[in-house]
Amino acid sequence: MTDDARPSPEALLREAEREGRGSLKIFLGAAPGVGKTYEMLLEGAEKREAGADVVVGIVETHGRRETEALVAPHEVVPRRKLDYKGQTLTEMDIDAVLRRRPQIVLVDELAHTNAPGSRHPKRWQDIEELLAAGIDVMTTVNIQHVESLNDVVGSFTQVRVRETVPDKVFENAEIELIDLPPEDLIKRLESGKVYVPDQARSALDHFFSKGNLLALRELALRHAAQYVDARIREHQGVTGRDAQGGGQRILVAVSGAAGGEQVVRAAKRLADALKAPMTALHVETTTAGQSSDADRMQLARTLSLASSLGAVLQSVPGTSVQEAVLAQARELRATQLVLGKSRSRQGVFRRRDRIVQDILDRTTGLAVHVIPISEPEAGQPWRRFVPRGPWRGDLIALAAVGAMTLALYTAQAWLGRGPIDLLYLVPVIASASFFGFRAGLVAAIAAGVAYNFFFLPPVYTFIIYSPANVITAVLLVIVAIITGQLAARARTAAELAMRSARENAALARFATRLGAASTTEETAQIVCDEVRALIAVQAMILHETREGLRITASGQTRPELSAVDRAAAEWAFDHGEPAGRGTDTLTASDWQFRPLRTALGTLAVLGLRSPAGREAIPTERAALAESLIDQAALAHERLKLETDMREMEVVRQRDSLRAALLASLSHDLRTPLTAVTAAAEALDASGPEADLVRTVRTEARRLNRFLSDLLDLTRIEEGAVTPDLAPIDLTDAIASAVADLSGPLKDRQVGISIDPTLPLVRADAVLLHHAILNLIDNAAKYSPAEEPIEVVARMGRRGPVIDVLDRGPGIPQGTEQRIFDRFARGETSDRTGGSGLGLAIVKGFAQAMGFSVEAARRQRGGSRFTIRIPAEAIVQLSLEDIA
Amino acid sequence: MSGRILIVDDEMPIRRLLRVSTERCGYETEEAATAAAALKALAVRPPRLVLLDLGLPDRDGLELIGPFRERGVPIIVLTARQGSAEKVAALDLGADDYVTKPFDSEELLARIRSCLRRADRSGGMARKIVVGRVEIDLDAHSIRKSGVEVKLTPKEFDLLAQIAAHPGKVLTHTHLLREVWGPAHTDRIEYLRVTVRSLRKKLEDDPASPTLLQNEPGIGYRLSETTSRGG
Repeated sequence: MTDDARPSPEALLREAEREGRGSLKIFLGAAPGVGKTYEMLLEGAEKREAGADVVVGIVETHGRRETEALVAPHEVVPRRKLDYKGQTLTEMDIDAVLRRRPQIVLVDELAHTNAPGSRHPKRWQDIEELLAAGIDVMTTVNIQHVESLNDVVGSFTQVRVRETVPDKVFENAEIELIDLPPEDLIKRLESGKVYVPDQARSALDHFFSKGNLLALRELALRHAAQYVDARIREHQGVTGRDAQGGGQRILVAVSGAAGGEQVVRAAKRLADALKAPMTALHVETTTAGQSSDADRMQLARTLSLASSLGAVLQSVPGTSVQEAVLAQARELRATQLVLGKSRSRQGVFRRRDRIVQDILDRTTGLAVHVIPISEPEAGQPWRRFVPRGPWRGDLIALAAVGAMTLALYTAQAWLGRGPIDLLYLVPVIASASFFGFRAGLVAAIAAGVAYNFFFLPPVYTFIIYSPANVITAVLLVIVAIITGQLAARARTAAELAMRSARENAALARFATRLGAASTTEETAQIVCDEVRALIAVQAMILHETREGLRITASGQTRPELSAVDRAAAEWAFDHGEPAGRGTDTLTASDWQFRPLRTALGTLAVLGLRSPAGREAIPTERAALAESLIDQAALAHERLKLETDMREMEVVRQRDSLRAALLASLSHDLRTPLTAVTAAAEALDASGPEADLVRTVRTEARRLNRFLSDLLDLTRIEEGAVTPDLAPIDLTDAIASAVADLSGPLKDRQVGISIDPTLPLVRADAVLLHHAILNLIDNAAKYSPAEEPIEVVARMGRRGPVIDVLDRGPGIPQGTEQRIFDRFARGETSDRTGGSGLGLAIVKGFAQAMGFSVEAARRQRGGSRFTIRIPAEAIVQLSLEDIA
Repeated sequence: MSGRILIVDDEMPIRRLLRVSTERCGYETEEAATAAAALKALAVRPPRLVLLDLGLPDRDGLELIGPFRERGVPIIVLTARQGSAEKVAALDLGADDYVTKPFDSEELLARIRSCLRRADRSGGMARKIVVGRVEIDLDAHSIRKSGVEVKLTPKEFDLLAQIAAHPGKVLTHTHLLREVWGPAHTDRIEYLRVTVRSLRKKLEDDPASPTLLQNEPGIGYRLSETTSRGG
């Protein structure tokens, strides 16, 4: 990284800050008793011997000899005495130290909390001041006091220390780990070499278990290693040898929810492990004004902790927490996002859970750490006594009545009996409205009984004398019933609203999933899954295949369909109506089959079955089910349309391919054929190979005809024949056809008779020419050479008619229509060399112009082929301009 | 008969066939496979006649009609397409005749002869024509059938004059309508059909089997040079 060989600005700044500032050395231990103070004093002594000015700011000797012996050679700054609630406490006299201005000061117990009335509440703040004054400080601390490790230590030692030191204190410090194997430590403890305050002894006994000590030692080792690491990196930063390690950035989202500290500490551990900077983000939502004081205080605590752990604090406004968090994560290019998630499922935490889920759903390229927050049980102790389960409402109702009874009984003398019955309404109404009708009734009966027993004369009996009192008792019950029902109704409405909201969300999700599906199978599976999930019934989808309906999607196990089921499914598919259980049709089936109906018809069938043999669709889910079925149908319709469009595209491409093929045929096949034909004509047909030459000529011509017939027919079938209609004289059409056939018609007698009064008709000259030509050619082929061919153009009843008549064997009986089909030939066709396409082309061309064709047997032998031209094709003339 | 014929076609077998057929009848030939080669040949030495394939690789054959026309070279167009549009376009641009592939050599040679005959005629137009029993004297405005004067209306005469002036040449509907009825009536084919019919009634032996005025479907009319149908 040669381009990056410049020191980073932050590292330089920190270095500059440190100039003129004292250096801090921390002796870090895993637990009390490892010998931190001892080591500190030893090192102090060494420094002093080396000529440094060393004083002791404060060291607790706890009366131990070895320690006292080590303190003795040092100059000790006198402590400051404070009076607190009648006690005299001593603390380090920071002003005295500052006045003394030693080179090095030894200050024991970094995590110590100063007595009230001191300048700083915490000793680490005193040390900060000393450092700032340019005095080097040596101090000691145990790992459990490190702020970011506080939770972790607490979680396995069950001892939560309140005195913590912010991680930032460690950041610029030299750390020396005082390590002692757990066995040795336990030995020291047992031999009384470790000072332990009496009041904490039992707790500490647990604390000093071997397992705990091992864990603490590991933590301490890791922590020390991290700081060593950090300092090396920083050093590299200053000398420009390395940029920010790994480019990791941590963003922790904090709120006013309880347990925020846990999240922040977890983030800090992550930040340390990744050697990454950390930002604590708080989103001020619009509802922040409504948050409780407790929340605000919690937020303040969380934020100040984050700050003390070295996090950059950020507070951004936003309407949506998730939006703001994600936006900020992008802006900071955060790589790790730390969120808290309450384990509690109660009330307000639901919202937070949604936020977490939402963020999880929407992040990419960002590692999200969700820290489970254990809600402090002590926060709501009364909740432990609140009954749960189906009897909850009743029990609470009874308790409420009992409490009221007790209260009224004690206040009876002062209250008088007057308002007692009214006051009993309170638990009744409350129970009814909170827990519904039944709880209200329980409360009412209990209230009535209690009222009667305790307050109505004769008291302590269930006997009622006065009818008025009976009315009171009845009234209590009536009130309970009415209130209960009202409350129940309101609650039902609320539940309905919630359920419909859930259902809408489910439908929206369903629609989204369906929209993404691209195959029928995928769609079917999604429908099945969602129906199962949302209506809690078994589901399957059936599609039509060549072998009838087939299951395309179902649950894990593919259901076996009985004959009745199958019949019901088919009925539903064929009729587009529901069938099977719960319908009017084929109710013996276990399944209810619902057709997925669309504008394109029924595309599939949805089968539903509830597992316990109940109705296939539970009543309360009926509306949801209908919506699901509608959406499933829509999805199928969309897929079908897409498939159809794809198929149309395929057809279109095939058509254009065929057109290209045709064009190529007509050119590439014709060219060589032209050469062959012309060459054959040019050959000398009088030589010794005259027969061969004639064969070549004939066959070449035949091939030619066949090719052009084939092309014509293909054009017809493609719908590519677009007639160019213009006025035509049938005389011309017939004459040119006969002229073109001069070769085949040589030696044939062709009689042409045309009505001279025939009108002009609108036709395509080329198509009509070909149609007549083919008919005459056909007649020539299928009739003996000595028999005449007649072509007649006349006025028929409905328009002009062209007949081509021959005296051949005639078309076979009953083939009058089929004769115009492709490759249909008369009986004697084999030797006549026709392509079998001629008549099909006649029909195709004629129909393209709006004409019709027909064939018939002639009475005295032979065939008649007719082209009928409709009267609409006749051209009306105004003759004045012509002449 | 002699003269140099330029054969323009991109297909070598067709060129060879055309060369063999025409050389057998005593024509000299020159071949061009592309439009560029054809124009070059035209520039070097205009041929007596050009056989022009419309499907050329480098340019539309129709574009060559103009240049050859300007140098007075008769043009017979070769086309593979069945439809009439391309032929009409070629004729309207000044081509003298067309042959549809596949063609036989006899037919082609007949067209070449007819074309050259018209070209050899001084002034390019025939003034006195005899077809079978019909004699047409355009200068004298005299039409006789079997020696008997036939009375024609002015339009009938104009139309016959147009067709008869170029015996054997196809005259397109558009051309005939423009010359006889004027540019405003070029799409009134029915005028043409009716007038042709009445001409046939006056001149043909059997109007149902006309031999004098030959129809080319979708393209136009030509005056046959002989009364027999040939073959």
